[in-house]
Amino acid sequence: MNLTLHVWRQKNGSSQGRMERYDANDVNADMSFLEMLDVVNEKLIAEGKEPIAFEHDCREGICGSCGFMINGIAHGPQRGTTVCQLHMRHFKDGDELFLEPWRARAFPVIKDLVVDRGAFDRIIASGGYVTAQTGSAPDGNTLPIPKEDADRAMDAAACIGCGACVAACPNASAALFTGAKISHLGLLPQGQAERSRRALRMVAQYNAELFGSCTNIGECEAVCPKEIRLEVIARMNRDYLKARLRDRG
Amino acid sequence: MKLDSRAPTGPIEQAWEKARFEMKLVNPANKRKFNVIVVGSGLAGGSAAASLGELGYNVKCFCFQDSPRRAHSIAAQGGINAAKNYQNDGDSIYRLFYDTVKGGDFRAREHNVYRLAQISVNIIDQCVAQGVPFAREYGGLLANRSFGGAQVSRTFYARGQTGQQLLLGAYQALEAQVDAGRVQMLPRTEMLDLVVVNGRARGIVTRNLVTGKIETHVADAVILATGGYGNVFYLSTNAKGSNCTAIWRAHKRGAAFANPCFTQIHPTCIPVSGDYQSKLTLMSESLRNDGRIWVPKQPGDKRQPSQIPENERDYYLERRYPSFGNLVPRDVASRAAKAVCDEGRGVGETGLGVYLDFADAIKRLGSHTIGERYGNLFEMYERITGEDPYKTPMRIYPAIHYTMGGLWVDYQLMSTIPGLFVLGEANFSDHGANRLGASALMQGLSDGYFVIPYTLGNYLASNKLEKIDASAPEFTLAVADVEDKIKRLLSIKGKRTVASFHRELGKIIWDYCGMSRNADGLRTAIGKVRALREEFWQNLNVPGSEGDLNQQLEGAGRVADFFELGELMCLDALERNESCGGHFREEFQTEDGEALRDDEHYQYVAAWEYAGPDVAPVLNKEPLEFEYVHPAQRSYK
Repeated sequence: MNLTLHVWRQKNGSSQGRMERYDANDVNADMSFLEMLDVVNEKLIAEGKEPIAFEHDCREGICGSCGFMINGIAHGPQRGTTVCQLHMRHFKDGDELFLEPWRARAFPVIKDLVVDRGAFDRIIASGGYVTAQTGSAPDGNTLPIPKEDADRAMDAAACIGCGACVAACPNASAALFTGAKISHLGLLPQGQAERSRRALRMVAQYNAELFGSCTNIGECEAVCPKEIRLEVIARMNRDYLKARLRDRG
Repeated sequence: MKLDSRAPTGPIEQAWEKARFEMKLVNPANKRKFNVIVVGSGLAGGSAAASLGELGYNVKCFCFQDSPRRAHSIAAQGGINAAKNYQNDGDSIYRLFYDTVKGGDFRAREHNVYRLAQISVNIIDQCVAQGVPFAREYGGLLANRSFGGAQVSRTFYARGQTGQQLLLGAYQALEAQVDAGRVQMLPRTEMLDLVVVNGRARGIVTRNLVTGKIETHVADAVILATGGYGNVFYLSTNAKGSNCTAIWRAHKRGAAFANPCFTQIHPTCIPVSGDYQSKLTLMSESLRNDGRIWVPKQPGDKRQPSQIPENERDYYLERRYPSFGNLVPRDVASRAAKAVCDEGRGVGETGLGVYLDFADAIKRLGSHTIGERYGNLFEMYERITGEDPYKTPMRIYPAIHYTMGGLWVDYQLMSTIPGLFVLGEANFSDHGANRLGASALMQGLSDGYFVIPYTLGNYLASNKLEKIDASAPEFTLAVADVEDKIKRLLSIKGKRTVASFHRELGKIIWDYCGMSRNADGLRTAIGKVRALREEFWQNLNVPGSEGDLNQQLEGAGRVADFFELGELMCLDALERNESCGGHFREEFQTEDGEALRDDEHYQYVAAWEYAGPDVAPVLNKEPLEFEYVHPAQRSYK
C-alpha cells in the first residue's frame, strides 16, 4: 500500500516546528508502524535529508518509550496498543496520516516526535514507592494478600508511563498516570503506611509540573495502551481528600 | 594477566557468609564521601544505585533512555526463580544451585552460583515488600509456575510482565533516593569511555544525547550494569537501543572479556516475516508449561494445522526427551527446532517455524484459565501476526535473546580493572554456557541488591584512593578519543546507512556464529566481518551533526563496537573445540546430536585481553573446578 505522511519536524526545543509531507510507498501490511517509519527514514537518509526522530526501544509495547499522535489519536486507531505494536494491516492504501508529538506544556518537544517526559519521573520520585530499605524485608508469605487485591493492584501497575493519557486529555492532565501508581500501591497492604503522604506529595508534584486538572472526560482511558481504568483517578482523589482532611485534624 | 577468582575456601554453604564477614566496612559517616558511578538502570543497575543510595554513598546513575524505567529488563516476561520451596515439591537452595550449574553445562563458577541460589530467597522478600504485585493463590499466598530445565515449580511471576514489575520496584526505590538527594539520575546520557588512572577505574566520559555535549565524571568506583550484547545479531529480542558500547570500551581499557561466544538462542520467538523486520519478539518460555510443540511428520506438509490429524504430528520434544518434554532447557529446545526445520518440516511461509499448540491445555483447563496465565502474551502474538492463538497454534522459531558471556568478574563482581565492577547480564558470572529461564532477573537483582553493597564497601575500605579531578591527563585523553571517533563517523559521508551495515553484520554472525557453528564457517565469518568493518569506516553515511539529538550517530558508535565484538565472538567460538550449552560446534556432537563437551581441555573460562587495534587478543584461562556438582553429560531424556 501507499501512504501519505504529514510529520511534525522541529529541530530542537527552541526552534519553530512545521508539518512536512512524505510519501511512504510499498508498505507491507505485516510491518509495524515504526518499521514503516524506519523505511521512510532510510529513504530520507539516502536523499541526503535528516531522518524523522522518534522515540522507541523495546518495540514490544512494554518499555513505554514510543508514542505520538496519528490523526489526532495517541498511539493511533487500534485500542490498547502502542505505536510499536500497531501494524500496517490496520491501514489502507491511499491513507493520509498526520503524525505529531505529544502536546502538553509539561512535555516540551526535544526534536520532531520526541518529547521530554521527565515530569513523570519526578512525580514518582515525590512518593510513588514503598519505602523498604534493601535487606529489611520479612518473608514474602508473611502477609497473605487476597488474589483479587493483588490482581487489581496489577491492573493499575501495568502502566508503562508512555504519556498517551496526557497527550489525549484536552486539559493535559496526568491524573491517569498518577492515579495508577497511587492505586497500585494503595491496594496492597505494603502500601498503607505511606498512603496519605504518597497522595499528598504526588498530587503536589503533579501540580508543580503544570499538568492540567482532571475533568472526567475519559479520553485518557480510551487511548491507554494498557487499558488502565478511569477508576484509578477516583482512588487518587479519595486518597488525596482523606489525607487532606486528616492533615487538618 | 592474572585471573584471581577470589572465591572463598571452605564449605560452599558458608562461603558467602564467611566472605561477608571478612570484608572491610566503610563507616556510615564516611559513605557520603565516596562517589560511585552506576551505568545502566535496569534490574542490576537500578537496584544497585538504589541500595547504594540507601547506604549513604554519593551515587550518579546513567542511562541512555529518557527514563531509568525504560531499561530493557522491563521486557522480561516469564518470571524469577527463587529456592523458596513454597510448593513443597522438593526444592532447596542446593537444588537451584545444582540445576543452574548443570543447566549452564558446567561452565560457571560454582561459588558464584551457590551464592545466587542463596540470595534468591531474599530477592522475593525484598520485592514483595516494595509492593511488586506477584501472582497469588486464592488463599493470598504467592503463586509459582515451572520453567525449562527444572522439575520443581520455583518461578514467581506477575502475569507476563514480571520484568516490568520488578524493574518498577527497583526504579521506584531509585527515584526515592533521587528525591532524598543521594542519587543523581542522568537520563539520555550515554557512556562512551572508561577512564583508568594508575590502574584503577576512576571515571567515565559521557555524551549528553540531547545537546551532544561530551562530559567527564570522576568517581571512586565505577559500576557497569549495561546489559548484554545480543544486538550484535541485529535481529534479536533485545530493545533497539541495547548495546555493548560501555562494556566494550571498558574491555579496550583493560577489562577481560569472558566467554563472548556463549550466547543464548531462545526457542520461543515470533518468526521473522520480512526484510523490513527491525526486531524479534519473544513469547515467554512459560508458555511451554501448557503449550505443546510439534511439526508435521511429513516434510513439506503445507496443510493448515487444524487439517493435520493427531497421528501425522510429531511432538518432537516429548518424543526425544520424555522426562522433561516441552520443558527442556532453551539450548536443547532451540537446536531441536532447527533440526526439524532443516529436515524440511518447518511450518509457515518461510518454513522456519514450529507450532506451539494450546488446544489440549484449553480443553483441559478452559480458555479462561489459559487467558489468566498468558492473556497478554496471546494478545501480543495476535497483534503482531494477526492470528488468534486461542484458535490456531502459535508459530515460533528460535532467536537470540541473552548473552551469558560478558566482562570477566571475580567473586566480588570486580573486573580485571580494580574499581570497575560489572553486574547483571553485562558480566559473565553465573550462567555458564546456557542460562535457565527466569534466572536473569534473579541474577540482576542479586548482584544489585545483595552483592555489590558489600563488595563495593570492601573495595573502598581496603584501598587508599588518591584525590583526582577531571583535569587528570587520562580524562583529557579519553575525551579526545571520544570526540575524535564522533568526528570520524560524521565525516565519512559515504553511501550506506547504519542500519544496512548492522543488518549485514547481524546476518553474518547469525549464519556462522548462531545456533550451530563450525571451524570453517567461523573463519569465513571473521574474514567477512573484517571486510564489512573496513567498508563501514569508508562508506558509512551519518546525517546530521554532533550538537543535537542524533539517533543515527548514536547507532553508528554502537555498531562500530559491535563489529569488534562480533569478531571476538567468532574467535572465541573457534578457539573452543567442544560443544557446551548455547555453543554448539557441529564437529563435536554425540551420535544422537547432543552437545559433546570436552572437560579435559575446555573446562575453563576464556577471558580475552585486548592487545591493541588489529592485534590478536590474548586468551587467558580461569580453570573451573567442580567440587559439588560433578560434570556429566546433561541428560533431559
